[in-house]
Amino acid sequence: MQQKTWRSHVLLAYSLAVLAFLYLPLVILALYSFNDSRINAVWTGFTFKWYEQLFHNRRVLEALTNTLIVGAISTVVSTSLGTIAAIALHRYKYKMQNAINGLLYLPILIPEIVMGLSLLVLFSQFKVPLGKGSLIIAHITFCLSFVVITVGARLDGMRADFEQAASDLYATPFQCFRYVTLPLIMPGIVAGALIAFTLSIDDFVISFFVAGPNSTTLPLYIYAMVKRGISPEINALSTLMIGAEILLVLLAECLQPSHKAKEED
Amino acid sequence: MTSYAGTIAGFMTANRRGPRGAVIIRKGCDTKKMKDMVRLEGITKKFGDHVIIPTLDLNINDGEFLTLLGPSGCGKTTLLRMIAGLETPTTGKVILDGQDVTNLPPYKRNVNMVFQNYALFPHMTVKENIRFGLKMKNVPDEEAEERIKQVLYLIQLEELKNRYPAQMSGGQQQRVAIARALVNNPKVLLLDEPLGALDYQLRKKLQIELKNLQRGLGLTFIYVTHDQEEALTMSDRIVIMNKGVIQQDGTPNGIYHHPHNTFVARFIGESNFFALDGQSYALRPEKLNLCPEDEENASHPEPKFFGTVVDIVFYGTIDKVFVRLDNTNDTVVAYQYFDDVQRWKVDDRVGIWWYDRDGVMVENE
Amino acid sequence: MNKNGKLLIAPSLAWLSIFFVIPMLIVVAVSFASRTTYGQVVFNWTLDNYIRFVEPLYISIFIQTLVVALITTVITILMGYPLAYMIAQLPKKWQQPGLILCMIPFWINFLIRSYAWVIILRTQGVLNTLLLKAGIIDMPIQMLYNEGAVMLGMVYALLPFMILPIYVSIEQLDRRLLEAASDLGAGPFTAFRKITLPLTMPGVAAGTILVFISSLGMFVVPDVMGGAKSALVGNLIQNQFLSARDWPFGASLSIVLAVLSLVLIILYYKAIQAQKGGERDAAKDVA
Repeated sequence: MQQKTWRSHVLLAYSLAVLAFLYLPLVILALYSFNDSRINAVWTGFTFKWYEQLFHNRRVLEALTNTLIVGAISTVVSTSLGTIAAIALHRYKYKMQNAINGLLYLPILIPEIVMGLSLLVLFSQFKVPLGKGSLIIAHITFCLSFVVITVGARLDGMRADFEQAASDLYATPFQCFRYVTLPLIMPGIVAGALIAFTLSIDDFVISFFVAGPNSTTLPLYIYAMVKRGISPEINALSTLMIGAEILLVLLAECLQPSHKAKEED
Repeated sequence: MTSYAGTIAGFMTANRRGPRGAVIIRKGCDTKKMKDMVRLEGITKKFGDHVIIPTLDLNINDGEFLTLLGPSGCGKTTLLRMIAGLETPTTGKVILDGQDVTNLPPYKRNVNMVFQNYALFPHMTVKENIRFGLKMKNVPDEEAEERIKQVLYLIQLEELKNRYPAQMSGGQQQRVAIARALVNNPKVLLLDEPLGALDYQLRKKLQIELKNLQRGLGLTFIYVTHDQEEALTMSDRIVIMNKGVIQQDGTPNGIYHHPHNTFVARFIGESNFFALDGQSYALRPEKLNLCPEDEENASHPEPKFFGTVVDIVFYGTIDKVFVRLDNTNDTVVAYQYFDDVQRWKVDDRVGIWWYDRDGVMVENE
Repeated sequence: MNKNGKLLIAPSLAWLSIFFVIPMLIVVAVSFASRTTYGQVVFNWTLDNYIRFVEPLYISIFIQTLVVALITTVITILMGYPLAYMIAQLPKKWQQPGLILCMIPFWINFLIRSYAWVIILRTQGVLNTLLLKAGIIDMPIQMLYNEGAVMLGMVYALLPFMILPIYVSIEQLDRRLLEAASDLGAGPFTAFRKITLPLTMPGVAAGTILVFISSLGMFVVPDVMGGAKSALVGNLIQNQFLSARDWPFGASLSIVLAVLSLVLIILYYKAIQAQKGGERDAAKDVA
């Protein structure tokens, strides 16, 4: 018994160390966004001034606007397309089921950099100007698969007899979808949308290839600043992005059916 | 919880006033002029190469409580779902009240189903669940309100009408599922093991309530179960199925006392089988009598078999006496009642006799 | 209705065909092309871009990339497995928060996470300042822009990819097996070695695939934390497209990268299917 607790103490300590390794850099990053000193790592005092500067920086605000526009449009489009596809996949059997699944999952599995440059090549071959349009197209493409998977999981978790009961109670296929299926999978759709939005506002690699000079997003702006040197504004901006992403992920998590608490009657 | 019985009369008179009330009131269980409510003609069902139902014909009378009984996988639920329209037969016809509905989708058939786990919509209250069918059929609000009020009264859940299914007990959910189906005045109510998820005591109680409800409304019930006791208690008629084939079709009494074949004899109640003159006979344990091997001048028929008592097990009001037969080494069961004079012990030598009227000749499966 | 309903999948398939399949096919085509001095692509169907791989510079970059990917994978297993194991051992109500804690870094992009390390490791950074103050060093040490920094950044970036699949496989493990093992006289360590470890190998395999593939194509971490000498294949590709403007060569590099990734995924998938198939056959035998 003594030995067992000794072992579990070591495991606990090791695990906490790994968790600290994951979070400490982020905490330090956030901490130094409140440090008064511009250059040094020495703590010289607490300040909000880097945040204030961000909100007065025209280029940051522009990048924020771009990020939100691209995020909103690609979320709406990818969520609509992906939800419809997930429902079709759930309801029907296709002859080329494997090929269809492959096409839907491949964008997740292929290295991001390859996807980014392939879109760059496409746009340049067909003389599509790089800008918000090309960004939105790229973001829809990589969000789509995630939405299909998230909504699909919700559909698979739904008992089949709800739809059958609706049909037995005189609901046409459309009414069945409108009054039973849609409300029941709504949490899955919202979670899918949140994931799509998070992926979109967070994306750097693919945007790096397909953004134009007037469509800088926040991650691209951060990259440009990092390349120029260290500044507390980057810390402040990064901290805000981390905060926003944590919020979105927690929201999405609340809406997902936890894999243990399956829907019981 | 009070039983349905007292409230049925109110439901029926109230319904008479409603515009569609006439549909639900049928003449009790007037079994004399039997009319086919459901007719299944030459039904077969295959899933790919897998044959679920080889070929089957069945008529179900108006106002009848018919039970489809059989082990799991015997095709009884498939049959029920075909009547509901949730499955399409591979060949054959489903005729509902004289109309061929084989190719009609479920939402165009005037039958309703109570699902195995009720399938109450979790995002709707009790009242919204019950209203669903009426809303889909565009029943005017006023009439819908009236009919919902009636069924809520019928199932005695008026005070819970604004609850969600998750906030209710299994028994309450089961009542809501019945109300949700009944409110549509279906021609036939289909029930797919509706009591399967409930505990024994509640199941017993609801069996009686359901039977009273059916009798009071005079509505055709088609009930699927694998529980033989439930079938015997509730049904007007039982259809026993195995591997997609009807084994026997008859009243509970007829099926219990005159099983056609060894499958039915074994599936319903407990049976012993004896081979005599190249024929199989089934005998219920209560019809088997034991006597001492060397008994003389007995007033009962001669023992047909002899054997040794191998075990005696206490079962409350009776003891089960297990006897190994000399000729076949098979073990048979007889009952010993608490007031029997003769008390058997393990290793006693016994003769086994029965009255000829009790031995049921059965076909081998 | 059924026929029309089936078409609901069409918009998504069309989208992915136009913006995923066609671009990939064009990249394949470009990888067999040449370029003019001004960076224009000329389709003359040549294997030159693939033949260029044998140049020592590129071979060393490929080897470097594979080595970094391999080491990253091993370290993330060593760090991720115990953490995932511990979370799976937590009381039920703490498991979900524990898992979310591991998932959050998963959603924050590599750029910000690499930048966090720059703040810590640069010459006027947090670590150097601390060490100077403590009197351990007299002069700031250059901790960034070397292979060690790249390794650190890669492990940091990809650790969540390892934790999640391992956690899932441990969590799905039937606890009764461990109780049975303990009942049969296995000590906790033996039970872990004989039961838990073999049964959670699929999770480790999934994590390995995720981490290995992601590190093959990584360019952000070396770009931010590494120097010119620690370039990986990802940086090479990025360079061909954005500075050198040698698209055909970049395309051939990325085709090799994509094919390698897909081969690994297919091998993994086949292995999992074979295992599942085996289980199914076993179940059939029992039935």
